Amino acid sequence: MTIKSLIFLLVLLITLGIFAWTMRRVFGFFRLTKPAFKADRIPERLLLTLKVAIGQSKILRMPVSGILHALVFWGFMVITVGSIEMVIDGLANTHRALGFLGPVYDFITGSGDIMAWVVLLSILIFLVRRLFLKVKRFKGVEMKPVSKYDANMALSIIGLLMVSLIGLNLGYLGLDGKEGAYPLTPYLLPSIEKWNAHQVLALHEISWWSHILLIFAFANILPYSKHFHVFMSLPNVFLSRLEPLGYLPNMEAVMNEVKLMMDPSAAPAAAGTEVGRFGVKDVEDTHWKNYLDALTCTECGRCTSVCPANITGKLLSPRKIFIDLRARMKAKGPGLLKEGPGFDDQQSLVGDYISAEELWACTTCNACAQECPLNINHPTLIVDMRRYLVMEEAAAPSGLNAMFTNIENNGAPWQYSPEDRLRWAEGLSIKVKAS
Amino acid sequence: MENERIPVNVPLMAELASRGEHPEYLFWVGCAGAFDDRYRKVTQAFTRILTHCGVSFAVLGPEETCTGDPARRAGNEMLFQMQAMMNISTFSNYNIRKIITICPHCFNTFKNEYPDLGGRYEVVHHTQFLRDLMDQGILNLDPSIFSDKRIVFHDPCYLGRGNGEYEAPRVLLNRISPALTEMPRNKSKALCCGAGGAQMFKEAEKGTKEVFMERTEEALGTGAEIIATACPFCMTMLTDGLKYSNRQEDMKNYDIAELVADTLGL
Repeated sequence: MTIKSLIFLLVLLITLGIFAWTMRRVFGFFRLTKPAFKADRIPERLLLTLKVAIGQSKILRMPVSGILHALVFWGFMVITVGSIEMVIDGLANTHRALGFLGPVYDFITGSGDIMAWVVLLSILIFLVRRLFLKVKRFKGVEMKPVSKYDANMALSIIGLLMVSLIGLNLGYLGLDGKEGAYPLTPYLLPSIEKWNAHQVLALHEISWWSHILLIFAFANILPYSKHFHVFMSLPNVFLSRLEPLGYLPNMEAVMNEVKLMMDPSAAPAAAGTEVGRFGVKDVEDTHWKNYLDALTCTECGRCTSVCPANITGKLLSPRKIFIDLRARMKAKGPGLLKEGPGFDDQQSLVGDYISAEELWACTTCNACAQECPLNINHPTLIVDMRRYLVMEEAAAPSGLNAMFTNIENNGAPWQYSPEDRLRWAEGLSIKVKAS
Repeated sequence: MENERIPVNVPLMAELASRGEHPEYLFWVGCAGAFDDRYRKVTQAFTRILTHCGVSFAVLGPEETCTGDPARRAGNEMLFQMQAMMNISTFSNYNIRKIITICPHCFNTFKNEYPDLGGRYEVVHHTQFLRDLMDQGILNLDPSIFSDKRIVFHDPCYLGRGNGEYEAPRVLLNRISPALTEMPRNKSKALCCGAGGAQMFKEAEKGTKEVFMERTEEALGTGAEIIATACPFCMTMLTDGLKYSNRQEDMKNYDIAELVADTLGL
């Protein structure tokens, strides 16, 4: 083993070690969440992932930023193959380990070379847009300065990744490398034609190391930023809720009680089992998909930009719901894991992070869920928090309490008697053609 | 040939059952269809169409009660489930298998949410039912009645995004008026009228604008003379929107069932 591969191995192990430590921390919180739906219907899920994640179908609903994002995403997919080769080369001290693939290798390197330029261009447009244009979607109470730095940092790292990849390809071509195909980078060859062999070699080595080290660093920064979606988007789309958006999940615990109420002779199905809290008050009441959604959210704000409540100046911002959930899990999760369910920090998701006013502004129109490029489902969680407010705190707005009373007393949300349900039919007539 | 009006006797499920008859469909009128002055006209128009087409149906009348949808979306799961179980038990008594609703909220609840509580039915929204009748050649719509009127359609959230039905209303409206137009935000991008999720029954939270005004302005911007809806709550909101903007003369709000009934000359 050479010094180079030894150093590489060491760096790789440190990278993987930190990554594993982070993942254990982030995913450990799933233990605190509740069960939800089963991830069955696998073929349907694979198709959905192909369409929404790989095909970028939903992000393309906003065409301009959509196509730029899709290009970056598809570029990443192509370039990742090259990165895997770099890891092999680094460990085995080989050169272009996949070169033996011949025409396939030409395709891998060729598309990688083109996509490096495409991604670089897209990233530059994104950066200019972020730095110099006022995009309404990037504003909002939930958008703290850290979100902005996060985005600009991620864009800068991706930009540097592409610059180093182009440098690597250029150095390789300057060293008369024979493997692979490079459709675009050769146009830069005149710029290094006066360089001597050492300088070209230095360009190649510096680019190689900066590219791979940037990848390692990026992979470990991502889980701490909103750009964790780079890892989470595929699993989150694969694990989407498959029911129509209009559907709200049934509360089994309530069902057992209602069945008992309506038929006292029925055996209590849940006898002996603890009912627990109705609805969602805090992170431990959410289910795994809520938390997965929170980890996946990139804060792009497509949800908030189509929310009727937000458009008309109400406090509700669907994006904030998941930013808050993620922050709350980070704050309360460690205590819950350490001290168990009894842990109490005198705060809760509903109340301290998300106000009742936000929750009551939702029309459950599902525009947010429809728009989310990664199939995050906001309205279901919002209704779950309303369930807590109503069933545990009896804290519904007065209009809704009146509606409940009306339904209980006369079977309609308004104060009308069931006896009048056929009043509309009185005197009804139809025009017929006389024969 | 003279036209005359004859009275319609709306068939009641209990009466049919006592005669041992079993209609093919339950026509679920819904609370707004039964009690809201404006939406009663939609119920009547739809009943005329059903009668005209000889559809085998009946209504529950006094036995109908809220589906529980507004309670569920307002967080009162207990009340929702009690309503749902009562309805499921009524449906079982009459061996009801097929339900037509004139409300996307009732439609969504029956179709997607009652199965969890043991109630499985074939549920159709009235625009889907009318579309099917037209496809079968039973509805012969006269396109001349509204041929000079531009119509714009407002997608109800629980028909469109909630259940993916964007086409049935448009197929019908396209037949009724060749000048069907769209708002900038339409189909899956349509803006809510502001009434869903039990908002209909409460004051709006503090904001800079009412949702229904935002949507009404968008509709008015198309220059259409008619805004067609397919939901009682959307109708209330948009009618209010037209009233508050003093544009009732420029744009009229009708349910698709009313337009179809007019087109049939009923």
